[in-house]
This record gives sequence, C-alpha cells and structure tokens, in this order.
Amino acid sequence: MNPFRRSPFVIVATILVYIFLYAPIIGLVLYSFNASRANVTFEGFIPAYSQNVVMDGSLVKSSPCGPFHWYCELAKNGDVAEAAGNTLTIALVATIISTVIGTMAALALQRYNFKMKPFSQLSLYIPIVIPEIVMGIGVLTLFSQFFGWVNEAFNLVGDGRLSLGIATVTMSHIAFMVPFVTLVVQARLQGFDKSYEEAAMDLGANEWATFRRVTFPMILPGIMSGALLAFTLSLDDFVITFFTNGPGSTTLPIYVYGLLRRIITPQVNALSTVWILVVFMAVLLLQILQNRDSKQHL
Amino acid sequence: MSFGRRSPDGNVIYTFTLDNYTRLFGYSTNCPDGQASCYDPLYVNILGRSLSLAFNTTLFVITLAYPLAYFIARAHPKQRNMYLFMVLIPLWTNFVIRVYAWMMLLRKEGAINIILGWIMNLLHIPFTPLEMLYTPGAVLVGMVYEFLPFMILPIYTSLEKIDVSLYEAAADLGANAVKTFLRVTLPLSMPGVVAGTILVFIPVMGTFIVSDILGGRQVILVGNLIQRQFLDARDPTFGSAASLILMIMTLVVTYFYTRKFGFGEEIVVA
Repeated sequence: MNPFRRSPFVIVATILVYIFLYAPIIGLVLYSFNASRANVTFEGFIPAYSQNVVMDGSLVKSSPCGPFHWYCELAKNGDVAEAAGNTLTIALVATIISTVIGTMAALALQRYNFKMKPFSQLSLYIPIVIPEIVMGIGVLTLFSQFFGWVNEAFNLVGDGRLSLGIATVTMSHIAFMVPFVTLVVQARLQGFDKSYEEAAMDLGANEWATFRRVTFPMILPGIMSGALLAFTLSLDDFVITFFTNGPGSTTLPIYVYGLLRRIITPQVNALSTVWILVVFMAVLLLQILQNRDSKQHL
Repeated sequence: MSFGRRSPDGNVIYTFTLDNYTRLFGYSTNCPDGQASCYDPLYVNILGRSLSLAFNTTLFVITLAYPLAYFIARAHPKQRNMYLFMVLIPLWTNFVIRVYAWMMLLRKEGAINIILGWIMNLLHIPFTPLEMLYTPGAVLVGMVYEFLPFMILPIYTSLEKIDVSLYEAAADLGANAVKTFLRVTLPLSMPGVVAGTILVFIPVMGTFIVSDILGGRQVILVGNLIQRQFLDARDPTFGSAASLILMIMTLVVTYFYTRKFGFGEEIVVA
C-alpha cells in the first residue's frame, strides 16, 4: 500500500478547508483597493492618478496614489504610526525580558529539585488552561488596586499619578509569555546530554564559562524559538492589552478594534493587508532560515 | 473581590457576600410583579450559550481540521512544510483582522450574498439577501475560523508520528481503508485531537471580540458579560464572580475530558 495515497474525499475536503482559510483574507485585500469610502460594496478600483484627491460623493475618482490611495492615507495617519511603534516597543521589551526569565526557569526546573517543583511545573500550564480574559481582568485589578494605594499613600496628583500605560501592558505581556518560553526551552533541554557540561567542567571551565561556551550555544535554537513564539504572542495579543492599556499606549490590534466599532474606511483593509504581508515575509524568512539551519546540521 | 459589593460610586467594598453568585444563577430582586425575589434566567442563559457555542465550535473545528491534517501528514515530506506554512499564514494574521474579514463577507452587501445572488439568478430563483451578520451563526463561523489552525497543528503532529508500517500491517491483515482508519489512524491520533480541543475550547469560552463584532447585541457570551462589568457597568465584583465561574467551568470540562482521553503532550509542540 502506498503510504502517500489519499482518497478523493480527503483531497476535496482539504481544498475546501484551504478556501475557507483564505477566502476572507483575499476579500480583505481586494477591498483595500475599493474606490468607495463607505466600503460597504466594492465599487471598483480607483481609476486614475491626479495631483489632488478627487471625490464624487463617497467615491474616490482619482488620487495622487491611484489605486493605492488608501495605502497613502494610511502612511499619513499619525495614529497608526504611533500604534505600530507602541506594538513593536512592547513586543521587543517583553520578548527580551520574558525570554531571559523563561530560560532561567527552564534551566532551574531541569537541574534542581526543590520543594515547590511540581507546583511550579504545573503552574506553567495556567495560561493555556485559563481563558485569557480571566488573566486580563486579573492584572487589571492588580494594577488598579496597587496604583490606587500608591497614589493615596504618596499623595500623587495629576501627571505624577501612576496609571495604566505602556509599562503595565509590557509587564502583563511578560507575565503571560514567560510560561510559553519556559515550556519551549524545556522541550529543547529534554534532549540535552549532561556529559558535555561534565566534560567542560573536567577540562577546568568554571560554571559560568561552561554555561556560556557549552550549554548556551547548545540550547540557543530552543531559546530562539521560545523568543519568536513570545514575540508573535505579544504582537498578536488583544485581550490582555485591552484590559491593561491606557492613554497613549494603544497597540495596533486595539486601534483596529476601535475602528471596527466606529467608521470603517478601506484604510482598515489597507492596514490589514500591510500586516498580512509583513507576517508573510516574516514566516517565509523564518522557514528559509530554518531550512538552512537544518541543512547545516546534516 | 467576587465576594465584595459595589458601592454607589463604583468602588469595591470588601465584605463577604454571595450576592454576586446568587445573581449569576438567577436570583433577582428586580421583579416585574412586585415580588421580593424571582428567578431571572438572563445570566444562566449566557453561561449556557457560551458552553454550547464552545462545544459546537470544537466539533466543527475537529471535522474541518482532521481531513486537512491527514492530507498534510500523508503528503510527500518535501511538500509538508509548504502546506503547513499555508496554515500558519492565516493564524499569524491578527485575530481582530480575521474577525473584520468575516464581518465584510457576512454583511448584507457582502461577498457571500453577492455570490448567492448570482447563483440564484442563474437558477431563476428570486433572492433576497440574507441577514447573516449579528446572528448566532455568524459568531459560530467566526469562532471556527479563528481557532481552526489550533486544531490542525496538533492533529498533524500526532498523525505524522504514526509509523507507516502500521498501515502496511493493517492492510496485510486484511483491513480495508475504513477499518484501517477507525482501528489504527484514529486511536493513534487521539492525543492530537485532545490537545487541539483544549487549545480551542478554552479560548472560545472566554473570547468576547468575535461575539462583539459578529454577534452585535444579539449574542452575548460570558466574555462579553465580564468585559462589560469591568469597563462599562463598573461593577467589577459581579465581573469577578462571572470570571470565577468561567474559570471553574473550563477547568471542570478540561479535567473530565483529559481524564477520559489523557493529557495531550502535543500542546507544547503546537
């Protein structure tokens, strides 16, 4: 029996599921070129280039950017730039910190036996088995109570008051990302051969040198994939950010959500398209890097 | 905090009261016919609706994910990465953006109604655009779409591990394709299904964006209830009670489910 044999049923079902996965995305991209500002029906592409934007009712007749009118509008939108900056800052800072903490936790759980170990291991699954909204309101409550006490105790007023913002969002992201990083690094450590470390110690390396020259390079791929997972989780996070953000710390998902509840112009579609393209490039790059990596090891 | 009370100006008074829980399970003091208390199923209905939506979503997701995962696992090893890559792209597109995409498709003027209109026109059947947005069905479709990749990946992982020689053995022993699937493939892929179910069921229980955008005011889930108590109604004590109940519900379901089928180690791989 040919192991790669597939029944027609499976093939048809697969094609249908792929259509289901991609149809919404294709529609989204198409509407980003919509001539209609109202964006309810697709009124065709914007037909012409011109010095200034020419409108006919809610239809864009011509624009300096032609069919890419909404992308140009997007580039001029300061709110989007600010939200994108916030998103990246939060993701970068939170990824670095949570990767360091997560790696240390994974190493500690691997090497040492301590009283709370089973509990610590189990608690890593908390973000997986508890709905995100519960975490979200949890950190919100924690921050607002704590800030309330501090503000009262130190008589902080006006701008000096502690309030929700980029710092609280970053801290919350770190809190929910650490377990994921730990689990990924742990998976990598499982196949780790301790004799390499022992050999290094026998050859006179101290603990730090052993870690830096032997352990760290060997578990680096695990750390990198943990960091990558953390980074994408942070970029994509809506729920926890939704509860912990404050004025000036809007991220892109929050910004888009806000737009969806008010007026929707094709600008939202243009933003989504750019986002999808960036993600596509990132995943592609990652695949190429991984392929190269695995070829080197062969 | 869920045992506390809300002060008139929206702050939390820390006492010990079960009022929030009795209110959640239907005890009401706000009765139409002048009674002191009566049964108001509003919140019980919300809890029930969330549970049944989560069950239905999980069932649909398994049905859609299994053939695709099977296809990828049976594909030529060189092509597998490409097929997986194609599953990852929609997953990495932002959650909110994916809901928005469905909002555009399901609208009265949206693509689905346009295509249905063409088909009906060809068949000469009179057609009025369907009202699909802001219905429970729209929320179900949105949830299935959002969480489909979370089921495909773990099922694929467990299918891929199955040794090809097992199929050969089954064939040698006279099993036909259906029997091989039921007796060999399906049992061996159960860890993936279990892991996928955990990754789908729990988030569906707590999500409020999908129901908020695709369900409008028609479909209110526990997630929406909690969000509103915290951000609009300013009664965090009632919101806390609701989230505690939500947490208990997901933990109980997960516990019994994993006890029956075992805990899927595929969770970490995904």
